[in-house]
Amino acid sequence: MNRKFFAGLLTAGLLIGAAVGAQTVPARADQALLNVSYDPTREFYKAFNAAFAEKWKADTGETVTIETSHGGSGKQARSVIDGLPADVVTLALEADVDAIAKATKKIPEDWKKRLSNNSAPYTSTIVFLVRKGNPKGIKDWGDLVKDGVEVITPNPKTSGGARWNFLAAWAWAKQANGGDDAKAQEYVAELYKHVPVLDTGARGSTTTFVQRGLGDVLLAWENEAYLALEELGQGEFEIVTPSVSVKAEPSVSLVDGNVDAKGTRKVAEAYLQYLYSDVGQKLAAKHYYRPAKPELADKADLARFADVKLATIDDFGGWKEAQAKYFGDGGVFDQIYKPAQ
Amino acid sequence: MAHEARQYDRVVSETPFARRSLITITLLFLLVILVLPLAAVFTEAFRKGVPAFLESLGDPETFSAIRLTLLVAGISVPLNLVFGVAAAWAIAKFEFKGKALLSTLIDLPFSVSPVISGLVFVMLFGAQGYFGEYLQQAGVQIIFAVPGLVLATIFVTFPFVARELIPLMQEQGSADEEAALSLGASGWQTFWHVTLPNIKWGLLYGVLLCNARAMGEFGAVSVVSGHIRGQTNTMPLQVEILYNEYNFVAAFAVATLLALLALVTLVLKSVLEYRYSDELSASRRH
Repeated sequence: MNRKFFAGLLTAGLLIGAAVGAQTVPARADQALLNVSYDPTREFYKAFNAAFAEKWKADTGETVTIETSHGGSGKQARSVIDGLPADVVTLALEADVDAIAKATKKIPEDWKKRLSNNSAPYTSTIVFLVRKGNPKGIKDWGDLVKDGVEVITPNPKTSGGARWNFLAAWAWAKQANGGDDAKAQEYVAELYKHVPVLDTGARGSTTTFVQRGLGDVLLAWENEAYLALEELGQGEFEIVTPSVSVKAEPSVSLVDGNVDAKGTRKVAEAYLQYLYSDVGQKLAAKHYYRPAKPELADKADLARFADVKLATIDDFGGWKEAQAKYFGDGGVFDQIYKPAQ
Repeated sequence: MAHEARQYDRVVSETPFARRSLITITLLFLLVILVLPLAAVFTEAFRKGVPAFLESLGDPETFSAIRLTLLVAGISVPLNLVFGVAAAWAIAKFEFKGKALLSTLIDLPFSVSPVISGLVFVMLFGAQGYFGEYLQQAGVQIIFAVPGLVLATIFVTFPFVARELIPLMQEQGSADEEAALSLGASGWQTFWHVTLPNIKWGLLYGVLLCNARAMGEFGAVSVVSGHIRGQTNTMPLQVEILYNEYNFVAAFAVATLLALLALVTLVLKSVLEYRYSDELSASRRH
């Protein structure tokens, strides 16, 4: 009786394990690519992956499966460094791809020059998301430091989007003060006094603003703001585009070390190239990214983007310099931000 | 039973008022902490009706998350059953140097934060870890693949079976086994016919708790998963992803499955406790 009972239990466990295990190894396609990306790109890459697989099949007759992984950009870079076998990375900013290149040598240092537009097939910018009817009358960066206005933005130490937010604010203040960096720093310091909570990532901040109802204005990626509107109802929030913002360039790169080990270089290169094709550019615009080649995208999609003066990372001396100066240990952010006691 | 209860009534010295307030406070607490959240999970899952609920569970990525969770639990729980029995056996029936240390080590996963439990495996088997280079050359992927998930889950759920069995086996002593051995039974026969029948309900109870935790673990598996959709996301991770994508119905639909698992575990646990309370009580007595 007991022998049967346990033999049965054990067999059942092993059988379930084996049966499930056998199924989990999928019928392997001819080729499989892993695209390691950041948080808000899911919807875009879902559509793009399907389009690319179709094209690859038509061109070569091979079936390609594209797997994706999404998460905070810095965290995703860390995972690739720790061995996540990405064929391509499509991250929120250059500094994260640089980190992989530096730590693993799987990406050559001049990766940025390998594809056009600084290896950024689409760009985005930073806009404001405000509550319905814009009760605090927020029009531009200057309104964010008025009395009683609370601003939601993530922590620039951990979030890629937050670093773009910081630089966008700086760019506006510098222009408003005739190019005076000291005045810009004063403004940004004042701005962070209006931030009640610093989340670690962009999605976390969106949730704080939208679900928990904290704050009067959310500094957000343009595509993230539109997605929030679309997903959570047009009626509750409005997008305000400031007069000056920053051109955020999410970078894409091949991970040479991994594709050569797996033998997927050809299809991975084609995948990245396809981002620059008319199909890729159209899909990017449809998902609220500003396409690198606007002439290839649909006019109706482009019309949704407000005209805004965009500073670029080169105005801050490039990412290497900006990262160390503003966000490194003891950098400008550390000097101006004192957590509320 | 009723008679006993009345006896207890008289023994307690608190006033009826104190007793009633204590009961009210406990019930209110349970209502707020347990019942309301559970109700919220089910309400959200069925907010858009049953078809939407079923559709979200049929999504290929969600489906693969369910399969992966079963696979990971299907490997970790039997292994922990064997480890747990072996460890409990060693500690309860033998005297040896370092026994106290071994006993403490078994408890370690309970006191370590799950994030650390995941990170230690990244440190060991990640590309920058101690064995990283060797593993890469051999083409073996442990972290960000099923083996890593299994390792992390085993680590986190290791103590459940052993902790359940050690007090039970200590209570029972080794007299039965000694008798069996002196009558000429082999070691294996003794284990199979004497020890195992003695501990079977305690063992089942431990396995139940171990399985519940294995399927529900979030922190440790999150660190070693790599979050590849349809490949390395377990159910708890899939819940987080769906929630972050504003896909609330799907997120809560998967959450209901986890909640159901918890409820089934709870019911089985109560049944075991009710029917085999004598055999189980030893493990509660310390």
